[in-house]
Amino acid sequence: MVRFQNVQKSYDGETLVVKDLNLDIATGEFVTMLGPSGSGKTTTLMMLAGFEPATHGEIYLNGNPINNVPPHKRGIGMVFQNYALFPHMSVAENLAFPLAVRGQSKSEQEDRVKKVLEMVELPEFGGRRPAQLSGGQQQRVAVARALVFEPDLVLMDEPLGALDKQLREQMQYEIKHIHESLGVTVVYVTHDQSEALTMSDRVAVFEDGIIQQLSSPEELYERPENSFVAQFIGENNKLRGTVLEVGRDKLATVKLDSGDMVKALAVGVGAKGERTLLSVRPERVAIEPKKTRNTVTLTGKVEELIYLGDHIRTRMSVAGHTDFIVKVPNNAEHHELSEGQTTTVGWQAEDCRALDDMAA
Amino acid sequence: MTDVTASGVPEAITTSDGVPLKVSLARATRRQRMQALLLVLPLLLFLLVAFVLPIGEMLFRSVYSPIGPNVLPNFSKVIHEWDGEDLPPEAVFEVFVKDMTEAKKSNEIGKTVGNLATRVNYEIPGSRGLFTKSARKVKNITEGPYKEALIALDKRWENQHIWRTLQRISSNYTASFYLAATDRKYNEDNEIVRADPLYQIYLPILGKTLWLSALITFICLLIAYPVSYLLATLPLRTSNLLMIMVLLPFWTSLLVRTTAWIAMLQTEGIVNNILVFTRVISEESRIQMIYNQTGTIVAMVHILLPFMILPLYSVMKTIPPYYMRAARSLGATGTYSFIKVYFPQTIPGIAAGTLLVFILAIGYYITPALVGGSDGLLISNLIADHIKKTLNWSLGSALGAILLAIVLIFYWIYNKLVGVDNLKFG
Ligand SMILES: Nc1ncnc2c1ncn2[C@@H]1O[C@H](COP(=O)(O)OP(=O)(O)OP(=O)(O)O)[C@@H](O)[C@H]1O
Ligand SMILES: [Mg+2]
Repeated sequence: MVRFQNVQKSYDGETLVVKDLNLDIATGEFVTMLGPSGSGKTTTLMMLAGFEPATHGEIYLNGNPINNVPPHKRGIGMVFQNYALFPHMSVAENLAFPLAVRGQSKSEQEDRVKKVLEMVELPEFGGRRPAQLSGGQQQRVAVARALVFEPDLVLMDEPLGALDKQLREQMQYEIKHIHESLGVTVVYVTHDQSEALTMSDRVAVFEDGIIQQLSSPEELYERPENSFVAQFIGENNKLRGTVLEVGRDKLATVKLDSGDMVKALAVGVGAKGERTLLSVRPERVAIEPKKTRNTVTLTGKVEELIYLGDHIRTRMSVAGHTDFIVKVPNNAEHHELSEGQTTTVGWQAEDCRALDDMAA
Repeated sequence: MTDVTASGVPEAITTSDGVPLKVSLARATRRQRMQALLLVLPLLLFLLVAFVLPIGEMLFRSVYSPIGPNVLPNFSKVIHEWDGEDLPPEAVFEVFVKDMTEAKKSNEIGKTVGNLATRVNYEIPGSRGLFTKSARKVKNITEGPYKEALIALDKRWENQHIWRTLQRISSNYTASFYLAATDRKYNEDNEIVRADPLYQIYLPILGKTLWLSALITFICLLIAYPVSYLLATLPLRTSNLLMIMVLLPFWTSLLVRTTAWIAMLQTEGIVNNILVFTRVISEESRIQMIYNQTGTIVAMVHILLPFMILPLYSVMKTIPPYYMRAARSLGATGTYSFIKVYFPQTIPGIAAGTLLVFILAIGYYITPALVGGSDGLLISNLIADHIKKTLNWSLGSALGAILLAIVLIFYWIYNKLVGVDNLKFG
């Protein structure tokens, strides 16, 4: 439905804010752009909406290039971060705006507005001014306004950024629900990873104007392709080392900087002698693991214990890294640890990913 | 909800020692309020001395005219008893002759026959000679019948109009300056009528002032709107430069700017020279652009423009660009978005700017005086004339009061339409 082809964008002619963007979005998909501040998410969205011209490359909508189509002819619904509800119009007038523009009759407009207000559960609020609504209610009106003219594609730029946590979660659910029931394609921008993971069909992780990885939430979490994604999504333990050899089973032998030799799944490394960053999720690390064929074990010293009820967050120093986190489940047979104690930690070699070392 | 007693009246909340909360709060904030009062006291005093008192004085002067009672103290007391029919009774004539004889001896300012003659002359143009001439001879009338003797002095004393006028001005307070300021007068039968067409000057000038001010305001708005829009939307560096150009006139003396327009617009001036040089017009048909209405309009638009730009700019600055983007994403063309989304949000700025410029324009004095010639004069130039040249301060005050009333009316209308709380001045 949407296709970015080698799109580049520069505001000042010196730096590229978006670098060689290639992205295909299927009809009905919910795709999220996730990334740190300044990574080019809004810029990408603005190019799609038509408010910023692409410096290079082509954007296609339903197979047609749209670089020269002005924004009002693209028929894309958009929810702005600050909602952008027109302050001098009532809620109903705001909602009727895109319909009036399209020349619908007054009665048609009223019908649609009524329906869409019911959809966002604000049937009584048509007569109010946006300023008389709470943040959450304004948010719903903004979503309703972007949907009322039945666009095939809706863009949302951090629509929940201004809401508190509880309301955010509720709205996430509602937006997701609307997406499923209407079948519209949604391109969503956020820098909240849990929001991205819970709502999306696919997530595009942005960093420095480049999509670092584009895949389903599960893929993203379980199989990050590079160290940025591994760091950015969820919690990760890092170990630095040098690749000695990559075996046929895709397992690399890595010599850690502390001298320990470990095996890890080669993802972002190829050649022998390359620097690598090993990444392993805290919940995949066990204390005093049972030895199987591909278990990696190292010694670790307990530095700090934080009791969190269902698990005990344990900070250890392992192979020279003092911020190695292990989540010890608080179950019947868990190991009693005390600070200062030395023990062994271990994991399956496939759970540890040998990625590119960004610092190198 | 507050507790409501059986009688339905909410019970007053008290502090722990039983003092009503409101009293306690008032006590606590008393000191603060005193301090605040002290801080604004100099300003209040200044406003009182420089603003409230002069305006009060002006309003008072416009109705207060004690010349009649001052010059003819006894006559002023008895003339009221006359019913206005025929001529006043003999007794009144006697008092008049004696008062005139006394007045002739006085040379205290405000109490001379000359003052009286001027005052009556406002009401009956051309009557001045009657008073000065009679005053010289009146001392010769020493015994009755005074009526005949006075009429013998000058036939005009037989005229009812003179006596009615004298009766009218024998009170300390008068509406006649307001009548004069609105081109009205008393006719011989003591009725209020329009002044002779030849003497109708104030209403036409007032009308012209309002019309020119409205025109100037409108031109200012037309020019200022796009400039403010640019100011509010350009990147900071460029907009700063533009802002300096907008403010530059503020840093130049008004007089210099006005005379610069003279240099530009006069018949031998730069604009005409260029037009002649480029053969747009011929040497003989140089355009008169100064010392007339055109001059007034051009120079005043220039001078008042910043007062339109600044409020507009300050409002536009607060309108984020995403409203227009939202409108366009909803399918509206640029023009439609502008009209339906951007423009309505700038109305408070337009209101503030037009109000400000209009009010400044209807009271403007120096520019029309310098470049207005005779047909570019505004009402304030007439007021200044009365204050400085003809020394008819009362008429000047009445004109000023009318101007003030017009400003207040416009302010009131604006308040109804836009709400003064919505105005944004900067
Ligand atoms: N109008 C503009 N002119 C010049 N530079 C811009 C403009 N808009 C954005 N940039 C720059 O482009 C880069 C990317 O900005 P963008 O707004 O796309 O980031 P983002 O990913 O949306 O960040 P955030 O999460 O903070 O919204 C930033 O470095 C920003 O400074
Ligand atoms: Mg952004």
